[in-house]
Amino acid sequence: MSSNRFNAYQNHGVGIGLRIPHYAHIFSRKPIVDWFEIISENFMIDAGRPLAALDQILEQYRVVQHGVSMYFGSVTAPDPEHLRRLKTLVRRTGTPWLSDHLCWGSVDGTYTHDLLPLPYTWEAVERTAERVRMVQDYLEIPVAVENVSSYAAFTASEMTEWDFLSEVVERADCGILLDVNNIYVSAMNHEFDPMAYVNAVPAHRVAQIHIAGHSRYEKYILDTHDHPVIDPVWQLYARAIERCGPTPTLLEWDDHIPSFDEVHAEAKKAEKYLHHQAEPLAEAAR
Amino acid sequence: MNLESLQREMAAAVMQPLTADEQMRLHAADGRAMSDIAASFIAPNSRLNAFERLEIYNRQYWFRVLGALAEDFAALNAVIGSRAFDRLSIDYLSAHPSRSFTLRNLGSQLPEWLAAHPSYAGRRHRLAVDVARIEWAFIQAFDSAEREPLTLDQIATLDADSRLALQPHVQLIALDYPADDLVLNLHKREKRQASEAGVRQEDPPEHPAKMPRLRLRPTWVAAHRVELSVYYRRLQREEFLTLSAIAQGAPLADAITTGFADSRLSELRRAQCIREWFATWAELGWICAPELESLF
Repeated sequence: MSSNRFNAYQNHGVGIGLRIPHYAHIFSRKPIVDWFEIISENFMIDAGRPLAALDQILEQYRVVQHGVSMYFGSVTAPDPEHLRRLKTLVRRTGTPWLSDHLCWGSVDGTYTHDLLPLPYTWEAVERTAERVRMVQDYLEIPVAVENVSSYAAFTASEMTEWDFLSEVVERADCGILLDVNNIYVSAMNHEFDPMAYVNAVPAHRVAQIHIAGHSRYEKYILDTHDHPVIDPVWQLYARAIERCGPTPTLLEWDDHIPSFDEVHAEAKKAEKYLHHQAEPLAEAAR
Repeated sequence: MNLESLQREMAAAVMQPLTADEQMRLHAADGRAMSDIAASFIAPNSRLNAFERLEIYNRQYWFRVLGALAEDFAALNAVIGSRAFDRLSIDYLSAHPSRSFTLRNLGSQLPEWLAAHPSYAGRRHRLAVDVARIEWAFIQAFDSAEREPLTLDQIATLDADSRLALQPHVQLIALDYPADDLVLNLHKREKRQASEAGVRQEDPPEHPAKMPRLRLRPTWVAAHRVELSVYYRRLQREEFLTLSAIAQGAPLADAITTGFADSRLSELRRAQCIREWFATWAELGWICAPELESLF
């Protein structure tokens, strides 16, 4: 595995998102799963059933936290209560690293609960990097930022998305959660070559990779996480692994969720690419 | 346009209510054309103009928050019908957009807001407010903190000036109708429909559900958690008032006096009630020592 300081030198393999419809299967069958990714916000509560279920998971599985509302790109400061609760959860899960999105979603204390794209400007680079650095310092664990799917581009943008991502992570000195499905979705929506994106990402900073399915409409593609991964996305994944080395990988499936076995089987397709990449490395090491 | 201005402009556009057929409105609240607003910061591509690209986010926003509110207030939706519920949700969320990082808190103002806006539920207004209160109390009881409770022996050592606190997950609700059973039944029905369909029902009935005729009857309920499940427990009026006074930090003697104000119970029965209540509260773990900061 590509262990680096951005994933706390962990070799996590292939995981899946922890989702409520699978709880009964997981608790009764105790399937072998490399790791689970949890949505932090679902567990940033004081007590009750969600935390009891999480504790049960933590007894048997490795868990990595993934957030959906830190909004690194929002201009208004993060809610101190949000940060406090997030740190409490980090201590509970022992997550080796934590990820959230390279986007914005709140302004003046009002939340859209969406992952809104940023204009790729130098002002946004500076503000976003500053916030990532602040959150990382506060949480005291490595933070990785995820590229989002987007449906709108801004007239103010001064660089490509991959240049923007690279600038932010360099200035923040943080990791990347590279979502190859999001790259594909955005590439189709903004008419760029997705492989150019994968080829430009600073590979040494990639802490984790997301794979997922999406929905195609007449004029755009939506990142719906409700289908299997399509071949062009697997090709981007293969290239990412080629560049980054075998990297902790996570399949997201959030809507019309099939059985645990189906989701897990879809995720494990990634092992083919990981092992393919690991073999030459092992050879070289001999 | 700097980043701050762009985010304010885009958030306002994204959070503006959709048209009846779920499209982005042609004009903003201030009369400006949305196509001009969109074009001022969004670039088109070969398939979509700036308006259409912004509209994707506008629609996503409303589908997400309306879905979240409908999930949390499924019984209210059934009581007033999905058409009225959608109207109510849009107006409520326009007045109270989310101020929290979590969608859990989306409906925190709904019971109060609905109480002040009677037009959505017609004759069922007071019942609808009751149902909204119960459903919000459920959310609070589901995941609020659980502190170390006082034992009956510890409670026995208290005096008239002692101040206590309620277990944070205990939610006290005063209702006009005995609507707790109704909410339980509607939630059971919703669960059954969801499991029969294999997925969550996407289109609940447009019209209010048929339901047993409830008579106006003041009812006092505590939503609370036992193990990991939320239960509703009916309370006597005096018990409710005493617990409310304890929760507000009144000294024990004052809380009991408040509880029995205007009560028709005899002195003998009052003493009996106090003994029974504290025994039950101790058994349920409802009574805690106050947090230090609340004493200053």
